[in-house]
Amino acid sequence: MSDNSPWTADQPIVSIKNVRKSYGEFEVLKGVSFDIMKGDVICIIGPSGSGKSTLIRCINALADIQDGSIKVEGQEVHDAKLDKLALRRKVGMVFQQYNLFPHKTALQNVMMAPLKVLGQQKKDVEMRARALLKKVRLEGKENAYPGELSGGQQQRVAIARSLAMQPDVMLFDEVTAALDPETVKEVLITIKELAADGMTCILVTHEMSFAREVADHIYFTDRGVIVEHGPPSTFFDNAQDPRTKAFLGQIL
Amino acid sequence: MIETIQSFFRGLAQTHPKWNFIFFYEPSQWARIVSGLSVTIELSVACIALSLVIGILGAWAQGSPSPFLRWLTQGYIQLFRNTPPMIQLLFFYFALGQFTPTITGPDGWTEEPVMSNIGWAMVSLSFFAGAFNVEIFRAGIEAIPQTTKEACEALGMNRLQTYAYVVLPLALRVSLPALNNNLVNLVKTTTQAIAIAVPELLYQMVSIWNDYASAQNAAMTVLFVTYILLVGALAFAMNRWERTLHIPGFGGGR
Ligand SMILES: Nc1ncnc2c1ncn2[C@@H]1O[C@H](COP(=O)(O)OP(=O)(O)OP(=O)(O)O)[C@@H](O)[C@H]1O
Ligand SMILES: [Mg+2]
Repeated sequence: MSDNSPWTADQPIVSIKNVRKSYGEFEVLKGVSFDIMKGDVICIIGPSGSGKSTLIRCINALADIQDGSIKVEGQEVHDAKLDKLALRRKVGMVFQQYNLFPHKTALQNVMMAPLKVLGQQKKDVEMRARALLKKVRLEGKENAYPGELSGGQQQRVAIARSLAMQPDVMLFDEVTAALDPETVKEVLITIKELAADGMTCILVTHEMSFAREVADHIYFTDRGVIVEHGPPSTFFDNAQDPRTKAFLGQIL
Repeated sequence: MIETIQSFFRGLAQTHPKWNFIFFYEPSQWARIVSGLSVTIELSVACIALSLVIGILGAWAQGSPSPFLRWLTQGYIQLFRNTPPMIQLLFFYFALGQFTPTITGPDGWTEEPVMSNIGWAMVSLSFFAGAFNVEIFRAGIEAIPQTTKEACEALGMNRLQTYAYVVLPLALRVSLPALNNNLVNLVKTTTQAIAIAVPELLYQMVSIWNDYASAQNAAMTVLFVTYILLVGALAFAMNRWERTLHIPGFGGGR
């Protein structure tokens, strides 16, 4: 585990308390709170513009917050003295648009951060990177450039790239939203396997059947607040809030 | 071999007096071409290198948090892009040249400026081409999506690592076609150094036909051909570079 923080696995690995975030006058997050235990998979769903991406970006300090607290393994993220590198080793992120490095092959994409950021041995990194590409079912594509891969393959390289930093928590922001329906499945399978391996996952997704299947807990956001949450069975079949019902009615 | 060529052109000058390729049979005139060409190449290479350095520094300054630096760079770009390079040459040489200190020449009694006219031409033309290079590199850097930089950040890279390993390698590839054009333009613009009597190729050719009016057509022909070859060589090298840097699926396919 990291440094000498008093965090232990029986405490939430990510703890979000009363988080407020504004862009200028516009308040995007209006007091959001929830906890995630190690190994849990949670899904955040909600209408476009409700602040899902913003929330997830605050967790690895890609965006800052105005009020409240976000703790990862007991460490406050929104602290001026935060060691950003330490945070980003713990928290991996996968984006909707893959954001691979187009001038690097799949293997080089996966190897770059461990080599350049962590300064690890090339031999070890390469072995691990090859194993990760195999794990996301991309054996044989090591030397392909992103431009030569399908969207689904690129997204799986992006997942492997993030895993190469050996994070404790993975953030997924609508990672299948830009994909063809046929390739959505291969990416979801990869995430499902990851979750089954015990990775803590926070997913923003519009794939309801997938959320129902993998999530331990679902959070529904609307206009910057969590309107309703619960385990998938109660959430999907027994929603209480009219906004949740309306949303689910449109989507399902 | 050389004798055959020399006697061929000597004969041609007699049968066709308007086509006197005097430099192909008079060694002293040939020496002027060689010296002019070497000055042109020297000037081109130095200006290309210096203008690239200016371009990189300028692009960096334009993205700097200091408003003063940004303002300074913007002023420089506007000044040098929007005025004729010939006027810039004259300004550097005649206006700034008079303020530069002089040193005693090798003969022990003449005073020579520390900066020769070739030196001023290098500085002036580099600043001219550099102004365009700043914009070209800047556009290349700006073409790299914010999301790509965010991915670097999420992987724990700092700003320097992000620029060194991702942004600059990609920006270079985006910039190359425009850079190619600008450098070709720069090589052509070196001929304007004739205005401050830099003994480059055009200067030497004009001198030759001033001395031998019959050589004018021949000299012009040689000028055209030489510049086609020079610019061709540069464009060829740039295209090769573009091709080696080409990534499958990124930018224009080839
Ligand atoms: N950098 C920014 N500057 C200003 N406003 C922003 C910025 N990023 C997001 N917003 C605004 O914040 C609100 C929430 O955006 P966010 O991207 O978090 O929504 P979302 O729930 O992820 O939506 P979607 O499902 O469309 O991805 C939106 O109204 C958006 O316009
Ligand atoms: Mg979003």
